Amino acid sequence: MATYDFLFSALGLQDWCESSGTTGPISLSALRDSARGETAADVSIWDLPFPSMDALNAACQSFPRSRELTLGLERGFLSIKDSLSIVLDPLTQPLSWALEAALYGVLNTPWWIIIPLLLLVTWLVSRSFTLLAFVSVSFLGLAFIDHYDYAMQTLAIILVCAFICVLFGVPIGIAMSRSNTMQRMTIPVLDMLQTLPPFVYLIPLIFLFSVTEPKLYGIAIILYAIVPVIRLTDLGIRMVDQSVIEAADAFGMTDRQKLFGVQVPLALPNIMAGVNQTIMMSLAMVVIASLVSAPGLGVLVLRGIRNLELGVGLVAGLGIVILAVVLDRVTKAALARINSTHKA
Amino acid sequence: MAKKRTLLEIKHLYKIFGPEPEAALERVRAEGLGKSELMEQTNHVLALNDINTEVREGEITVMMGLSGSGKSTLIRHLNRLIEPTAGEILLDGEDVLALSQEQLRRMRRERMSMVFQNFALLPHRTVLDNAGMAAATRGDKRADYEKDARKWLDRVGLGGNADQYPHELSGGMQQRVGLARALASNSPIMLMDEAFSALDPLIRTDMQDLLLELQSELQKTVVFISHDLDEALKLADHLVILKDGFVVQQGEPQHILLEPEDDYIVDFVSDINRARVLRVRSVMNESGDPVAEGAVEVDHDDTLESVLSKSDGAMEARFVVTRDGVRVGTLDMAEVLKALVPAAASESGMRTQAT
Ligand SMILES: Nc1ncnc2c1ncn2[C@@H]1O[C@H](COP(=O)(O)OP(=O)(O)OP(=O)(O)O)[C@@H](O)[C@H]1O
Ligand SMILES: [Mg+2]
Repeated sequence: MATYDFLFSALGLQDWCESSGTTGPISLSALRDSARGETAADVSIWDLPFPSMDALNAACQSFPRSRELTLGLERGFLSIKDSLSIVLDPLTQPLSWALEAALYGVLNTPWWIIIPLLLLVTWLVSRSFTLLAFVSVSFLGLAFIDHYDYAMQTLAIILVCAFICVLFGVPIGIAMSRSNTMQRMTIPVLDMLQTLPPFVYLIPLIFLFSVTEPKLYGIAIILYAIVPVIRLTDLGIRMVDQSVIEAADAFGMTDRQKLFGVQVPLALPNIMAGVNQTIMMSLAMVVIASLVSAPGLGVLVLRGIRNLELGVGLVAGLGIVILAVVLDRVTKAALARINSTHKA
Repeated sequence: MAKKRTLLEIKHLYKIFGPEPEAALERVRAEGLGKSELMEQTNHVLALNDINTEVREGEITVMMGLSGSGKSTLIRHLNRLIEPTAGEILLDGEDVLALSQEQLRRMRRERMSMVFQNFALLPHRTVLDNAGMAAATRGDKRADYEKDARKWLDRVGLGGNADQYPHELSGGMQQRVGLARALASNSPIMLMDEAFSALDPLIRTDMQDLLLELQSELQKTVVFISHDLDEALKLADHLVILKDGFVVQQGEPQHILLEPEDDYIVDFVSDINRARVLRVRSVMNESGDPVAEGAVEVDHDDTLESVLSKSDGAMEARFVVTRDGVRVGTLDMAEVLKALVPAAASESGMRTQAT
């Protein structure tokens, strides 16, 4: 006898629970009585279990247990998985190629080309000698302790993913800024992407793509890191001084001229702040993504955890910090240069 | 003076801000609600209330009123930055409200330019690019418009600042860029929304003089918004006074000063130096009495202030008024003094408000 037997008998559902029920239809008054719990089994009120799926199942075998819920989700996902893969596989294949090419590129180009190239980029976006010196010390230091390959792999993945985030995030942000409906629909999705623990993305992705494919971690990183660039593009465009927009209208600009000649350039400081955050979030995710075969410094961190190799883990962690600081400083320096020409 | 051609015409223009302007408009028309009543009863803003006015070609039309009287709203209807709730706007006889988006853009690019109170320059473009904005928007090549843009920058005294950014200039200089931008569009009509209000008094006077100087040369059709009576009187060929969204009085500024139709305007004009603003032509006696002995010659466009100084304080002084050397009337001190006494609202005032 289970606690909630009375519920099913009161509802006249024994037939459904066990095919051997004998009770006929019950009267309204009997129903009322039973609803008051007068026929309940004699459990003390302190032990009353919550009427959860499992507790109800104890009273009635036909009632689904909560396991069925997770199982159902799983079966549902598996049943659409194949058709989903047919669509998603070719769509995401370029991402695999881009990641493979970038990884191949950084590992097969000699260090004496890559490091000066990175320094040149630093100089071009920042024009600051201090920053240049800091970046050279960082890269040379990482190379000196034999972490060059790992750091470059991490950097390559981040740059590819951040580039794709900007490629898709900026247009999505622009679309959001132009339509309130679009904004209302997009914001919950962005909120979800930002609050879901990153490990949770990985689960369905593992089912959809094979773990050996770079796009698996590529997608996980992009989903996680694209949010700030979308949000800040939207915000930046909405915050453009209305009087400047009015002037653009008064001189007869088309929507296109306004967008590319006024709104996007004036939103650029915000968009760049979004890019900075996107890069930092890709870096955070690339470590977690090493669980699903992303190469780079994350692999060493993982080794440190798995094999309790304290030193390996700590040094790799330090390498990630250095990379983070370098990326942050360089993008902020670029941002500062944009800001100085955009003062209103 | 021959009366000039009417270029812009506004007929029965209404603008109501709020969620249901049509319904509110019905009530305004049927019950004759004013701005504050409409606000109380329906929570809609009656920004423009049955505006009828015209702008003549080659003149400066100044629209004046206190803050919130609907000046900015009105001027933005002329190039349809704001759509009216009801009414007609005609440009050269053509219905502006019937224009398609494409035609509207053409009109804004080719026929009207605008100068803003807060300058509204493009902060990420150089002064030169800002001056060439209209041409660039039309799709002209930089090489084609650069010379013209430089010419107008020179004309407003910013020849040396072409490669600077707006934030590197003072407010007065920024508004010169705004003016150059409007002039470089070569459009016949210039809309100026409190263009000089954000500037220091001295700079403002400079800019007013610059505008008058340019105007005598270019004869643009200017619609100028101002809340400053001195500025309005200095610039206006035609003055329109707004209050709570309706036109209280419009006409030649001198005429409004001498014959205000409303207590509101009497209040408005009570503080100004009438001698400095009123001109001989508005107060002279055209019938032309035989000229008295020892009469002093004055020009028809002189201010009464200069007449007073020529009189040396003599109460019995008489003057002969000339235009281009031809005698057109006479003036005696009694008439001068009468004009200097502030006029009360005339009985013909149509909308006399209870005070
Ligand atoms: N977008 C809007 N929504 C609601 N009300 C508005 C809007 N724009 C203007 N108004 C109202 O319309 C009236 C006229 O405003 P407008 O800006 O034309 O005044 P103004 O004469 O230009 O004043 P100011 O000298 O302060 O610039 C005001 O009562 C204002 O509150
Ligand atoms: Mg205004």
